[in-house]
Amino acid sequence: MDDPLVIAGREFGSRLVMGTGGAANLAVLEKALVASGTELTTVAMRRLDSSGGGVLDLLRRLGIDVLPNTAGCRGAAEAVLTARLAREALETNWVKLEVVADEQTLLPDPIELVEAAERLVDDGFVVLPYTNDDPVLARRLEDVGCAAVMPLGSPIGTGLGIRNPHNIELIVARAGVPVILDAGIGTASDAALAMELGCSAVLLATAVTRAQDPARMAAAMRAGVEAGRLARLAGRIPQRFWAHASSPAPDV
Amino acid sequence: MKARVNGQERELADGATVAAVLDLLGAPAAGVAVALDGEVVPRAAWASTPVPEGAAVEVLTAVQGG
Repeated sequence: MDDPLVIAGREFGSRLVMGTGGAANLAVLEKALVASGTELTTVAMRRLDSSGGGVLDLLRRLGIDVLPNTAGCRGAAEAVLTARLAREALETNWVKLEVVADEQTLLPDPIELVEAAERLVDDGFVVLPYTNDDPVLARRLEDVGCAAVMPLGSPIGTGLGIRNPHNIELIVARAGVPVILDAGIGTASDAALAMELGCSAVLLATAVTRAQDPARMAAAMRAGVEAGRLARLAGRIPQRFWAHASSPAPDV
Repeated sequence: MKARVNGQERELADGATVAAVLDLLGAPAAGVAVALDGEVVPRAAWASTPVPEGAAVEVLTAVQGG
């Protein structure tokens, strides 16, 4: 595999992690997932009688690894229980850890998040925490043993893109684990920017599943992630204030 | 006896096990997990774990999300 994404020793050929929320139906979701090229995709845990089932069979059929999340959890205890239930149901010790503070912003609650991450790492989980774009908090999460850190670009579902690119660069500069830009992506240029800033991967759902043409947007996101990754590896030119001619000076 | 199953009060046979509750719900064999009063009941213990009177049973599965 050329330039794989490596998380906790596991290799992925795609740097686009998808979510499954927001799709009109499973057929639409299937087309979008295939077009995205993703190899790792999140699901939520809900009561058996809830709608939105059938997604596990779909992911299995497409050969996409399942990443359960703790979406909707408001405290560490609830998130830890949900992660343990996901491990039991899905036979994976990987978890996308979400502990949000309130319904209006869906921003992570940093204190509960670190507490939950620590307990889950101790319990043998591979923890991928959804976090604020806070370099200090990202460092704390890495220190307690998280396998990646997943800072938001902007709040979940807003499509506002990356509101504080410098913070993302700061997180990347000091991280010893993969940084996955999670939440806020609106369109392909946002995904490309995340990769140009040095993120190892991008996680998104709404931008694709609620686009007018989800499969086409999924293809755009895939291309955006690949372009951004290439640009990062290629090393961009420094930005400068004044023009700098690319042709030689005229001889006459 | 009564117990709360996924937030709904249910009448269960005395001594009903977690496995019996799953049968009642028509749960699939794979892809579900059970919490009894906030603690995970491992799959291997479903058939041998009784549901106490008034207990809260949560049966979860994966759905679209995230």
